[in-house]
Amino acid sequence: MSRFYIPQDTTALALGADDVAAALRSAGIEPVRNGSRGLFWLEPLLEVETDQGRIGFGPVCAADIAGILEAVENNASAHPLYQGEVAEIPYLKSQQRLTYARAGEGDPLCLDNYQRLDGFTGLRNALAMSGQQIVDQVKESGLRGRGGAAFPAGIKWQTVHDCAAGQKYIVCNADEGDSGTFADRLVMEADPYQLIEGMIIAGLAVGADQGYIYLRSEYPVAHKLLNAAIDRATEANFLGDNIQGSGKTFRLEVRLGAGAYICGEETSLLESLEGKRGMVRAKPPLPAIEGLFGKPTVVNNVLTLAAVSTILAQGAAAYQNFGMGRSRGTLAIQLAGNIKRGGLIELAFGVTLREVVEEYGQGTYSGRPIRAIQVGGPLGAFLPESQWDTPMDYEAFAAIKAMIGHGGIVVFDDSVDMAAQARFAMEFCVAESCGKCTPCRIGSVRGVEVIDRIVANDNRDNNLILLHELCDTMEMGSLCAMGGMTPFPVRSALQHFPDDFAGN
Amino acid sequence: MSSELKISTLVDQFKDLPGAMLPLLHAIQAEIGYVPDNAVPLIARGLNLSRAEVHGVISFYHDFKTHPVGRHSVQICRSEACQAMGSRELESHAKAALGIDYGETTADGKISLEPVYCLGNCACSPSMRIDDNVYARVDQTRFDALISELADSQEIAR
Repeated sequence: MSRFYIPQDTTALALGADDVAAALRSAGIEPVRNGSRGLFWLEPLLEVETDQGRIGFGPVCAADIAGILEAVENNASAHPLYQGEVAEIPYLKSQQRLTYARAGEGDPLCLDNYQRLDGFTGLRNALAMSGQQIVDQVKESGLRGRGGAAFPAGIKWQTVHDCAAGQKYIVCNADEGDSGTFADRLVMEADPYQLIEGMIIAGLAVGADQGYIYLRSEYPVAHKLLNAAIDRATEANFLGDNIQGSGKTFRLEVRLGAGAYICGEETSLLESLEGKRGMVRAKPPLPAIEGLFGKPTVVNNVLTLAAVSTILAQGAAAYQNFGMGRSRGTLAIQLAGNIKRGGLIELAFGVTLREVVEEYGQGTYSGRPIRAIQVGGPLGAFLPESQWDTPMDYEAFAAIKAMIGHGGIVVFDDSVDMAAQARFAMEFCVAESCGKCTPCRIGSVRGVEVIDRIVANDNRDNNLILLHELCDTMEMGSLCAMGGMTPFPVRSALQHFPDDFAGN
Repeated sequence: MSSELKISTLVDQFKDLPGAMLPLLHAIQAEIGYVPDNAVPLIARGLNLSRAEVHGVISFYHDFKTHPVGRHSVQICRSEACQAMGSRELESHAKAALGIDYGETTADGKISLEPVYCLGNCACSPSMRIDDNVYARVDQTRFDALISELADSQEIAR
């Protein structure tokens, strides 16, 4: 009997993967519950191991199972949902997968599978190195923080490494709150050991023996899988005391957030982990020097830590070979919103936005023309067509007052009302500001009101001036990106889509 | 067990954990359904904080409720990716169909409606969450079907 795979990933489940699994069981087949490959437009994607390789059918529903089973026995390629050999699907084949190389291959909790696919190679290499040697590898790789700020990871690690020995912490920022992003979730649900491995390596590098994954409460599936993975890794002695006989210790715990977007900001996250309101801290002191509970702390995004396991397994030079300019390695692009073929696209930095939305995405889901693209989450600018040829590179995006952020791309068709989107940006800031800085806390409330007046043609010209001045105040007077960047979507909407603000 | 006793037991269980507050509040909410007012002094004493500090934490986070909520939590994603796929219409429909606004509970105590900012399901928007299950490509018909399934499963449970 062939082996069948049906994912246990959030999006696959949200599209009925459990019903498909139940239908397979009724037919006497116990499917492997793998992770998703991130080809979400094909989910639920049923994979079957056959003599011709691993073939796929998607998107499937429970009612398709009888027909697919028959097709597998006779002539698979005749089935209308047949996608051919999964590894050959152009959307997947054309990617440069490092972080997501294992995603979807098998049961994400299977340690044997992980090690068979090169897992823990980075850790084994790291165990034979000094802390400084590991830090040097990360520096040489050119890896920059994938959470959004793009700060060089190796420099952060060096700072923590150089602090006097004592209690230090590794904190993983898994509070992936940006709309249009799911790359962290995919790592945690499809390949959780990779994140665990990266965190152990970080601990070895800087001399930290305790790690925390701060996970958002909106991810119940990831929560369950991470906890199970930590239990199994501890049982197999990849976590705990005397890891693999090395004499090194590293413990890891998942802590759940409580629905606050601001806790994705690293200092606010640390406050929250300490059990406080998630209020942003002024810097300095840097978290690397005085972080969690006042101790030196590495705070890195899921993707940054996951990339470390690749860097230590394949070497800094191999990783460094991908990318352009100062953006090295691969970027996890998340294609979302009104898009025909949404999903995870891992590519070296440098691909243009247009290539992503047109070649991978194949245009909008609604079939209407694309009008605006928001990149980098709710604090990212809206880009009109004239800017879609910008290469996805941190510096190139910064040059047009946009940001790559965490790599989320949200596509809107021509039915979008950009004044409503600008208003929403302010409204979101009202709901999610931690309240520490007045320009963010109050400015966002006033921002909603001013946009309403502009759209209502109430003293329009003066209110437009006021809105720009308000944006200046927020940008310059806020401690963190929440207040400091909320003006980006607002100003870009005003600049590129002024007609939408014309009112009635 | 009285709610005070339940809370005291949880406080004792968590109080020595570094950064115990959020895990403790989640545990209380999982046990009781919300964080009742009488939990505040118990937590304050157990964690050696002022009641104001405890209240400050509870009120800061969207997840923590201070009043009883419905037996099911229904969350509609309000974020941009879902807006691009019609979530504004979905949220109006949800409010009208349930007869409640965000932050409210239906009169029969069955459903509480909440906004959520992103469920990480953005490639197949619009998304909603019912308890711990996420649903993709939710249009008005699908919403109505999911809500009526909820009603059916309730009746079977009784």
